Amino acid sequence: MGSRIVSFELCGREVEVLVSPMATLQSVLRSQLGYTGTKEGCRQGGCGSCTVLVDGEPMMSCLLPVEDVEGRRVTTIEGIAPVAGLAPIQQAFIEKNAFQCGYCTPGMVVLTKTLLDHHPSPSRDEIIDALGGNVCRCTGYAPIIEAIEAAAAGATTDAGRDAGDWPDPSGER
Amino acid sequence: MAKLRGTGIAAVNYPTGMNLGGDPSQALIHATTSGSFVVALSSTDLGQGLRTVIGQIAAETLGVAADEVVIDTADTDTGPHCMGTFASRATHRVGNAVKAAAEEARTALLEVAALELNAPVGGLVLDGFGNVLVAGDPGRCVRVAEVASKAQFEYGRTISGRGAYMKPKSPVDPETGAMDPDSTEAHACTIAEVEVDTETGQVAVLGIRSAYEVGRQVNPALVRGQIVGGAWMGMSHALYETTEPYYPNPDHKPKDFSEYVMPGPAELPEIDCVVLEVPSSTGPYGVKGVGEMTANSPIPAIVNAIYHACGVRVDDLPVTPEKILRGLEAKWATESAAAAGGR
Ligand code: FES
Ligand code: FES
Repeated sequence: MGSRIVSFELCGREVEVLVSPMATLQSVLRSQLGYTGTKEGCRQGGCGSCTVLVDGEPMMSCLLPVEDVEGRRVTTIEGIAPVAGLAPIQQAFIEKNAFQCGYCTPGMVVLTKTLLDHHPSPSRDEIIDALGGNVCRCTGYAPIIEAIEAAAAGATTDAGRDAGDWPDPSGER
Repeated sequence: MAKLRGTGIAAVNYPTGMNLGGDPSQALIHATTSGSFVVALSSTDLGQGLRTVIGQIAAETLGVAADEVVIDTADTDTGPHCMGTFASRATHRVGNAVKAAAEEARTALLEVAALELNAPVGGLVLDGFGNVLVAGDPGRCVRVAEVASKAQFEYGRTISGRGAYMKPKSPVDPETGAMDPDSTEAHACTIAEVEVDTETGQVAVLGIRSAYEVGRQVNPALVRGQIVGGAWMGMSHALYETTEPYYPNPDHKPKDFSEYVMPGPAELPEIDCVVLEVPSSTGPYGVKGVGEMTANSPIPAIVNAIYHACGVRVDDLPVTPEKILRGLEAKWATESAAAAGGR
């Protein structure tokens, strides 16, 4: 099997990338496209630090062959914030001190985005359920849960922004 | 079979850093041409907030705004020496080194400002907002950024400072055994509340409540973050984590991340703390340290609470359901033997 070109929508922008067989979305994002916000904790589905949204649903990008996102819509942490400033979810994480080393944070924020898209005012149990696959070694989870509750109470998600506002970390715009 | 509740208590006196000789940290500071200050360190921020706290200490000492300070911990090969960030030592040890370096850099800054303002060094003050003023004559002032620029382009001088901190060696007196075993001690006391299921051996931690005395808090939000995260980590050590569950037998070793057991958000107890501040005489601005120590007292507090709940004393961590069930069986066997013997 040789390399092939895969195209998909990444944070509102069409990308085409030449990939080797079975390359994961995670490695293509980080090594080929310069989207290093998606982290690499375990590369085996055990930590959630690599969580991205595919067509709005959370997926662990370390387990996902990039060919599987052909023609689909991928949102990484780079697509959560507006070009200037922060998304309300990110602001809530700062205000609640919901990170220390920050390694779990991109996955947690992306997960929160989809949680709030589906359940604008989740119960504490729904939040805990949603966090089940994402590990944090530093914070003890309490500040993360508080941040998600605060973001939900602010009743603001970043829906409705047009694609032109997505930042482009590769600088190609 | 029942769910039994218990409460346990434990306290820790935590000597900040390593104390039997040495444990140095050093810092270098210099001003850039734009008047910001770069603090070069080999002390790593692994999430505990070192860059924030050290930046605050440097800014306070220099007399400039915190966002004018850049903490550069880029490379332990090329930076000034540091023993490392562990043992709750960084705020105290690195903070002391940075404070000394900032004092020297501040003097260098004021010497150039004195030339600019044509005033004695001793009569100058920094306002914390980027200005050097002549005390008692507010009309005469100059921007720190301008001083930094002129130092380099007109006076050919550096604005820089060196700082080091080292706990002096303390030999043991052979007659009395007396020595100075620590540079400062922080303290904590934790009360844990648990519920033990005597059918499954599962322990639910319901609450971890602590009082801490950590000297002066440089950044209260970060102190609380350490305490809350440390309480969770202590619970994790007490009940879940091990790389050798049947040591020295290698059975059931976790082979990868997915098999290494830790509590998740569903197991989260109520965590709360109060923080008292008794400034230390040896730390910069009275700090002690509050990092690693936060995972200490929750562990024996939880183990004591389990004993209080069900009468099983486990002295081998983690306290797994299996150990509790074996302990309960042994306890019940002893109790029924005693009852039979007493008949
Ligand atoms: S890196 Fe994908 S789950 Fe850990
Ligand atoms: S902040 Fe360090 S892993 Fe979550």
